[in-house]
Amino acid sequence: MYVQIMEQIKQRVMVGDWPRSEEIPSIRQLAVTLSVSVITIKRAYLELEREGVIVTQHGKPSRVAAEPDLTSRDYEAELAHHVTEAARLCGLIGLSHDDLSERLRAAVDQLKKEQP
Amino acid sequence: MTELAARLEGVGKSYPHFALNDVNLDLPTGSVTGFIGANGAGKSTTIRILMGLVHHDRGTVTVLGQPMPAGQAAAKSNLGFVSEDMRLYKAATLAWHMEFVQSVFPSWDQTYAESLMTRFDLKAAHPIKGLSHGQRVKAALLLALARRPKLLILDEPTTGLDPVARHEVLAALMEALADESRTILFSSQNTLDVEQISDQIAFIDGGRIVASGDKERFLDQWRRFRLDVPQGTTLPVLPGTMASAAQPHGARLQVVVTSRFEPSMAAGYKAAGITVQAIEPLTLEEIFVTTVMSKKAGATR
Repeated sequence: MYVQIMEQIKQRVMVGDWPRSEEIPSIRQLAVTLSVSVITIKRAYLELEREGVIVTQHGKPSRVAAEPDLTSRDYEAELAHHVTEAARLCGLIGLSHDDLSERLRAAVDQLKKEQP
Repeated sequence: MTELAARLEGVGKSYPHFALNDVNLDLPTGSVTGFIGANGAGKSTTIRILMGLVHHDRGTVTVLGQPMPAGQAAAKSNLGFVSEDMRLYKAATLAWHMEFVQSVFPSWDQTYAESLMTRFDLKAAHPIKGLSHGQRVKAALLLALARRPKLLILDEPTTGLDPVARHEVLAALMEALADESRTILFSSQNTLDVEQISDQIAFIDGGRIVASGDKERFLDQWRRFRLDVPQGTTLPVLPGTMASAAQPHGARLQVVVTSRFEPSMAAGYKAAGITVQAIEPLTLEEIFVTTVMSKKAGATR
């Protein structure tokens, strides 16, 4: 079960819900929020620290690491997932391949525009 | 040293047709302990001993620093208990019960009680007799939780609840745990509930605790090997392993379950000329059934 929790946390870090170097919920808080036992969260935090995703200090709140070590494999997996989903939705609403490519290009352009 | 909310040491109780033997159980403060056992395994007897409702013949029981049953009056001010067969007064309303409990326990938290009432979708003005089983369980739980007891003992709190009610009950239990000084012991036949919210687990069977420990470590120690045993090769017996009874002896594909998993075991099989097709984790339910069945068959090698 802790593996599922780890994946959820990594995703949150990846998408920026849990920003880098920011404090994260205490073990007990997260256990209450997710209705999952304290020991499961403790184990997940321990493993995440070992992987360099979060930093824990005794007596202080845990934080996301400044440079969280989310291996590129994780990003790849996440991208693959989203691409598959996009392709599925595209088929569902009857868009052509070109439509999908065009949308993707527009999204990339939009992102470039937003970033200074 | 972790503080303990309750401790049972070598506890026994004999009845004409059932005996509880040498039960040792520690409940560390701030933890959730899931107590799993089949019907008639001794869960309720153990819980009743903890509550001072049944007096044990052997061993010592300490609850919230009080020796039981002698100190039960002092312990009970901070002890909450809900059991599935707990009866509320049918003709009285939930509001009446709330006032009644409040008049006995000064620790009653009315604001919390009202928030639980909303959450559990209960109405204060409803007489108990008009409530469904699920609503009665939630009402009993509300009456116990709103006292903010240090130790909450729940006998089968989720039995007979629909999935939504179960979810509400489990979430309310976890919320009570936000305060680190609270401790919960709950018995259940539903191993999924136990797997979700417990920190430690105790299996009881035939009046004995057959296994107990930290949940994650517990799940870590159990693995199932799917093996391809070529003809003419003997399956080595590794420590803590049990062959699954489901397959005929001498079959090529064998399933072996272990309660003391070590990564080196795979190498042990390989060295014997056996192909390890898969190593799978077990669910708590599978672990429980395997433990009980193997004790019955005396098959633990």
